[in-house]
This record gives sequence, C-alpha cells and structure tokens, in this order.
Amino acid sequence: MENQAVSSSALSSGSTKDKKYKGSSHPNRAFGVIIRKEIADHIRSWRFLVLVGLVLLTFVASLYVSVSNIRTAFTNTNDPDHAFMYLKLLTSTDNAMPPFHVLLSFLAPLLGISMGFDAINSEQNNGTLTRLLAQPIYRDNLLLAKFSSAIMIVGMLFLSLTLLMIGGGLVLTGVRLEAQELIRIMGFVFVTLLYVAFYLSLSILLSIVFRQPATAALSALGLWLFFTVFYPIIVNLVIRAFLPDPAYLTQAQVMGYNEFILDMMRIAPNQLYTDAATTLLMPSIRSLGPMSMEQMAGAIPSPLPVKESLMIVWPQLSGMIAASTGCFAIAYYLFMRREIRS
Amino acid sequence: MEPIIQLRNLSKSYGTFRAVDDLNLDVYRGEIFGLLGPNGAGKTTSILMMLGLTDPTSGTAHVCGYDATKNPIAVKQKVGYMPDSVGFYNHMTALENLIYLGRLNNLDESTLKDRAKAVLNIVGLAGSMDKKAGIFSRGMKQRLGLADVLIKDPEVIILDEPTLGIDPAGVKEFLSLIKTLSQQQGLTVLLSSHHLHHVQQVCDRVGIFVGGKLLAQGDIASLSAHLFGKEGAVTTIKTAQLVEQPWPLEAEMRQWNEVTAIGISGDTLEFTTRHDITPRIVRHLVEKGYGILQVSRKEYGLDEIYQKYFESSFNENLNHGKSSGIFKRAFFGQHKR
Repeated sequence: MENQAVSSSALSSGSTKDKKYKGSSHPNRAFGVIIRKEIADHIRSWRFLVLVGLVLLTFVASLYVSVSNIRTAFTNTNDPDHAFMYLKLLTSTDNAMPPFHVLLSFLAPLLGISMGFDAINSEQNNGTLTRLLAQPIYRDNLLLAKFSSAIMIVGMLFLSLTLLMIGGGLVLTGVRLEAQELIRIMGFVFVTLLYVAFYLSLSILLSIVFRQPATAALSALGLWLFFTVFYPIIVNLVIRAFLPDPAYLTQAQVMGYNEFILDMMRIAPNQLYTDAATTLLMPSIRSLGPMSMEQMAGAIPSPLPVKESLMIVWPQLSGMIAASTGCFAIAYYLFMRREIRS
Repeated sequence: MEPIIQLRNLSKSYGTFRAVDDLNLDVYRGEIFGLLGPNGAGKTTSILMMLGLTDPTSGTAHVCGYDATKNPIAVKQKVGYMPDSVGFYNHMTALENLIYLGRLNNLDESTLKDRAKAVLNIVGLAGSMDKKAGIFSRGMKQRLGLADVLIKDPEVIILDEPTLGIDPAGVKEFLSLIKTLSQQQGLTVLLSSHHLHHVQQVCDRVGIFVGGKLLAQGDIASLSAHLFGKEGAVTTIKTAQLVEQPWPLEAEMRQWNEVTAIGISGDTLEFTTRHDITPRIVRHLVEKGYGILQVSRKEYGLDEIYQKYFESSFNENLNHGKSSGIFKRAFFGQHKR
C-alpha cells in the first residue's frame, strides 16, 4: 500500500495529461482482436485436436482405399469420368468404405456444431460476456468474430488437406492436374465450408438460445440427426399418404410428384450438400432431378464442362448460403437487444 | 454543473414485475456515489441500463452526455464497468487478460504491456501477473476486475458490489484505493452495495434504493437528520441489578419535559428524549442508588437509515400481500442472485 500511491500517481500523471497511448478510436479494430484471440483459443483447445484427428483419420483411410483402387477406376472406360484422376481419388471406393465426400458429409456438421455450440453461453456462464460487452465493441462484431474465426480454422484445415491430397497424388502418380479438376476440387472445398457454416451458425444460434452448452450441443446434434435420418423418412411417409396409385398417373404426373419429393428433400441441408458435392466431383452428372426420355435422347454419356456443373449446383449453393445467413440473422436478432447479465 | 450520469424516469419491467421504477438520479463529476439497497432492489438492472447492456422499458439514461441506449459504444469508451461477478478467461494469465481488454479498447500497442503492468501494480497483483486467471481467488479476481476498469483510463467508474467476497482487510484497502484514485484522477465513481459500512466509508453521497425506487439521496448526515431529526436521541443504560417491575422512578421521570418514552427490559433502561440529556439521567440514577454498568447513546448511522427505509418498504410490501418469506430471505442472504 505504501508504494501504491506513488505508482498510481505516476500512472495518472501520464494518463490525464496526454492521451497518446490511446489509439484511434475506431471500434472496428476490435473485430480483428477478437478473431485473433478466438483462433488462438480454438487452436490450443483439446476439442480442436480431437476434430483434426478425426478429419485426418478419415482423410488417410479414404485416400488409402481410393489409391489402392485408382488403377481399376482410372482404366474403367465405361465410366465417363474415368479420366479425372484427382476427382477419382476423392470419390472412388472399393465399396468397403464410403468415399471421402460422403464421410465429410457426416464430419462437417460435427465440426460446425462442435466449434459453435458454446460460443456465447460459455462466455456468459464464465462472466466474461459482461466484461467483454462493457468494452466499446459492437455486439455483432462478437458474433461475427466467433463465426469467422471458426470458419477460418475449418477452411484452413480443409484447404491444406485437399492440397495435401493433390500434392500426394502428383508425387505418387505423376499425372498432370487438369485446370478443371482443380476448380472442381476447390469448389468442393467451398461447398463443404458452406455446409460447415450452416451448422456453425445454427449452433451459435443455439448457444444464444440455451444457457447450458450441453443443451445447445445436444439440440444441434438432434437437429442434424433429424435432417439426416428422420426427415427423409417423414417426407416419404407423408407423401405416400396422399400419393395416388402411380399406375393411374401419366408419366408427366409421376415426374411431377418425383420432382416434388426431391424439392421437399432439399429443405434438408445435407441433401443440398450431397447434391452439390457429387455434381462437382462427378462431371458426368447432368441433372439432379428426374429426366424424361426426350431429354435423354441423343445425349452422349460424357463429362460436363465446369461451368455447366456449377450452373447445376448453383441453386444448392444459394440454398446453403441462405440457410446459414438465416440462422445468423436470427442469432443477430436475438443477441443484439438481449440483456447481458452474468 | 452538468451531471455526468443523468437518469430520467428510468423504468424497467420484466413482465408485470417492475425491477426499476421511475428512477431519477444525477451523479456529478468527481464524486463517489453509493447506490445502496438490498438484494433484488434493481441496482444491477439500473447499472446495466446505464451501459446499454439492457434496454429500459421507458425513460432515458445519459452518461457522459451520450444516450446509453442509443449510443452505447460512446458510453463504453468513457465508462469502466466492473460487474458483480466478474469472470476472466481462465486459460489466460492475468496479464494476457488485461492486454486483451486493452486491445479491445484500442489502446496503443507499443505501450500497452507496460501500462498493463503498471495497472496491475496499482491493484496489487504485480506478483501474480503471470499466473492463470483460473486459479485466482475471489478477491484477486476482484482486483483484476478493477485493473480492467483502470486500464482504459475511464472518466466514470461503475462498480457493482465491488467488495463482495473480499476479506475485511482487503475491503479496506480496496475502498481506500478507489478513494485515492477518485481524488487523484478526478474520477466519478458509482458503486452499488448492500454493505452499508463500506458505502459509509467512501461515498460522498448515497442513494437508498429499495424495490426499484430511489427512496432518498444525499450525504449521510442529511439523510439521518431527515429521517431521525424528529425522534431525538436514545440513551440506553444497563444497571447492575434487575430493574424492579413496576419501576418506582418511571412515573417521576416521565414527568420530565424532555423524556418522550421509557422502555424497561430486565436490567436495561431505554430513554427516548427530545435532545441528548444522558448526563442528567445518569446523575439522577446514581443519586437514587443504581449501579450503572454501561451507558450508550444511540447514533444514527447508515445502518439505521437503511433499516428504517427497508422497514417502511417491507411493510408496504406486506400490505400489498407480497410473500414476505421470500423477501426476507432475499434480504438476509449474503449472496446475490
């Protein structure tokens, strides 16, 4: 206590006279500061290590399977996509194990949920949320920083995995990488990120709604399970209840019903993701809906150009962007005017 | 003088419950204002509204000239707030926690570390700045919370229950630190507490806050004069032997002009008088042959003031048929919820 008066006066003389130590009073710098801290936190957390381990395991296992299978896949001339060696690396399988992109459709939600389910509520339970929001930062910056730091990390992870895969393929086979393969693979990474983004913003939303991180995590996992397992069953049950006997329908009507079922399925984000990912990775897919005989007539089973594939998946992409943005908007709405009390 | 904190008709309702009811309050530059009230009186809610952390149902809160609801960022740049249960990132050290906060406040990066160390030195945490905040005791966290507030060099400091959970020696040190800082840097301090003595020690002015309403404000002397002025003084005398019932002297002493009431219980006599006549009472009793063990004159401190206000609002609540058990428990419980 004796030297306290001295030191505090030293501080005060420095602080009251000149305010030089204060930087420009722009609250937007805070955004970068929060992102830096969040990324550091994520990287040092055990949870992240576990997730990286899981993704790496998936990657190595599926790569091993597809590399051992690549010769047959590459020389299978019945398959119009057989010439795309690098796409085959990601999609081919010996049927013992699902290919990489299917495995990722399970892992991506897990990644998104686990990065976001305690974003807000753990801060609130720790009492750090009040402390944070008593500083001159915008509330939406906090939400956005939580979201973007997780997306950056997942993005870096996927990007390096994919580049590793491409590089490994180059070294192992010496086959030249086509430009359109690169575009397709990067598109696939982007689509996967969007899928992660949806579950991330959903879990951030739940972390605002629920006070307990466990509840938020469980409900996010529940929603994911609902969309992947129960939603298709429910859609089938409901549609079958009022679907007339197909024997009495014209072909156009049957097509119409099929189209309708598919549209209902596409409310689920995992359907959107699977559609988009397969279209990008398998260039011979030309439509995601049913096609009539007239449309098929005269078509040569050959791969589509990149642009056409992108055109096909564009609705899926916008659907996923819309779903993530929607979740984020609700989160924003709930968080902006809420009372912050520890 | 323009008040630095200006609350006008501030109200906050949660459903039908009015947590803060038509609050008007002015706090002026450089003073230490104590917001005193039992748990659940609406102190924290009022403070949250001053910082824009919650929206008032009606009314306005102006801090440093800015509307706290519409322009909370400007307010938060000038106000340091220490919540009642301040939390830190447990995996970061005290210094890292503080530097993070400094960065959020846009402090200059090159001098930030030195400044953080200086602030930690002031609050007495220089020795444990490299320890993880997770292992800090309650009192240390409270100090770190004060460091949080000081590093941004605020104009106004708002402390919510700052002395909660600190040992008595620590409280004394903490309060004198606040007082020193307020004097040296001309800081305005608003502190809320249900601990009367802490408030009494440092505050220039006190507001008594019960049931969402500000019942009285002013310095302690004027509050006590206002409340107890009409009641005069109370002298309590403890005698060596039991006072016999009925007391023969009672009728005689009731005749005295100054005496308004006499209370007898066992060996204790309590005289309520218009003004202080303790020496005369004692002399008279000694002459009548009573042995006197103890004489005390009741002085009105914040305790009594508080009790008085609390009683009146308590009775009011009883009359309104509110559950008294809950209210009582809330009041006597030490921990806030």
